[in-house]
Amino acid sequence: MAVKVVIPTPLRPYAGKQDSVTVEARTVAEALHALTGRFGELRVHLFAEDGRLRSFVNVYVNDEDIRYLQKEATPIREGDTISIVPSIAGGS
Amino acid sequence: MATPELNLSKEEVQRYSRHLIMPEVGMEGQLQLKRARVLLIGTGGLGAPLGLYLAAAGVGRIGLVDFDVVDFTNLQRQVTFGTSDVGRPKIAAAAQRLADLNPRIELVPHQTRLTSQNALDLLRDYHVVVDGTDNFPTRYLVNDACVLLGKPNVYGSIFRFEGQVSVFGYPGGPCYRCLYPEPPPPGLVPSCAEGGVLGVLPGIIGSIQAMETIKLILGRGELLVGRLLLFDALAMRFRELKLRRNPDCPVCGERRTITQLVDYEEFCGVRGEERQAPAAAVPEIEPRELKARLDRGDNVLILDVREPHEYQICNLRGYLVPLGELPRRVHELDSARDIVAHCRSGKRSAEAVEFLRKAGFRKVWNLKGGILAWSDQVDPSVPKY
Repeated sequence: MAVKVVIPTPLRPYAGKQDSVTVEARTVAEALHALTGRFGELRVHLFAEDGRLRSFVNVYVNDEDIRYLQKEATPIREGDTISIVPSIAGGS
Repeated sequence: MATPELNLSKEEVQRYSRHLIMPEVGMEGQLQLKRARVLLIGTGGLGAPLGLYLAAAGVGRIGLVDFDVVDFTNLQRQVTFGTSDVGRPKIAAAAQRLADLNPRIELVPHQTRLTSQNALDLLRDYHVVVDGTDNFPTRYLVNDACVLLGKPNVYGSIFRFEGQVSVFGYPGGPCYRCLYPEPPPPGLVPSCAEGGVLGVLPGIIGSIQAMETIKLILGRGELLVGRLLLFDALAMRFRELKLRRNPDCPVCGERRTITQLVDYEEFCGVRGEERQAPAAAVPEIEPRELKARLDRGDNVLILDVREPHEYQICNLRGYLVPLGELPRRVHELDSARDIVAHCRSGKRSAEAVEFLRKAGFRKVWNLKGGILAWSDQVDPSVPKY
């Protein structure tokens, strides 16, 4: 089903400058796969060489961290929003 | 240091009257603020509203940690400073401004860099620590020190027009490492100097941090413990995500492996990057040498790999192909010509030269130091940014 993926500011340059992208997916893994399929440059920013999600990037389904759901196997339901939240450090 | 009096003077009653008439604060709350000791780490973009509002609120002791001096480019957002402060240590300028706002509070300047050697001692005497820093190693240092000392860490961070706020290190709540166990490799996430920032953004995020700090001291309202507040200034939207304490967190979890402060530069890979020799350094040309060649009438193509908005600030009338577009547009370049690539400081153009060499270009050079060096060494009328 269609799911909205919110793209954080630091990654928007690699996602055609969009702040959100809608993809077809049944799980988080499928959604991220569809996203990086469409925007290849995002892959290196989201995934390490071993294919795992980078540890400074968190993924949420609605307001829950997927690490506490079923990780990338977390199922998507109608109306869900996936958020990608990388760490940012700016302050000065 | 004198112990703060356990009552308010007539002058203080008048100063804080708008607090005192609120049942949520009252005399008791104001005295709590007066007794509180808050340490602000960083007196920059976030530190500005933090210092101003905590001083205005009557926090009894505010510690300020910063080693930097006021730079002209800071004035776009670091509103504690004035033009006359450029060149002064930030601590001195901030302390002066805050003392003028509220002479009744104690300001403790710590003109130093926060390190693993001094952090525990520095933080020890404060009740609340507020993280207004601008780099990953210090954020992890602050987090770990707060967890080890049992101090709440009011966290805020910004990037361009996006911000995050939370309260870490609160009893029962998560810490920064629960959210982000590891930092990004250096160079992946630009700093404010590289990525830019809407000046008012740290004003908003820092003000939210100040609000949380005051609520913490008063014991009022719901804190951002276990909550990550996300702000998108362009969309003018706040969102909130749930944060949990990670049972496997190395510093606050059930099986702690970090029981003392570590080398954070190494943890964040910064030291490793310094150790690496500039691998396969690209051919370079000094600005003066380029000027000489242009004056001679040499057929040199100046390739500008910056972004269009940078070109509008200043340019060497180069041929603009933003770095990200280079792979797609490389056919526009004539490999028979001498090409000098430049950007702002020489980093992006070095990548461009490396790319072009791999693509078979043999006559490409990187303008050492970029347009900044050109301004310094050849043509001072070119503005620096």
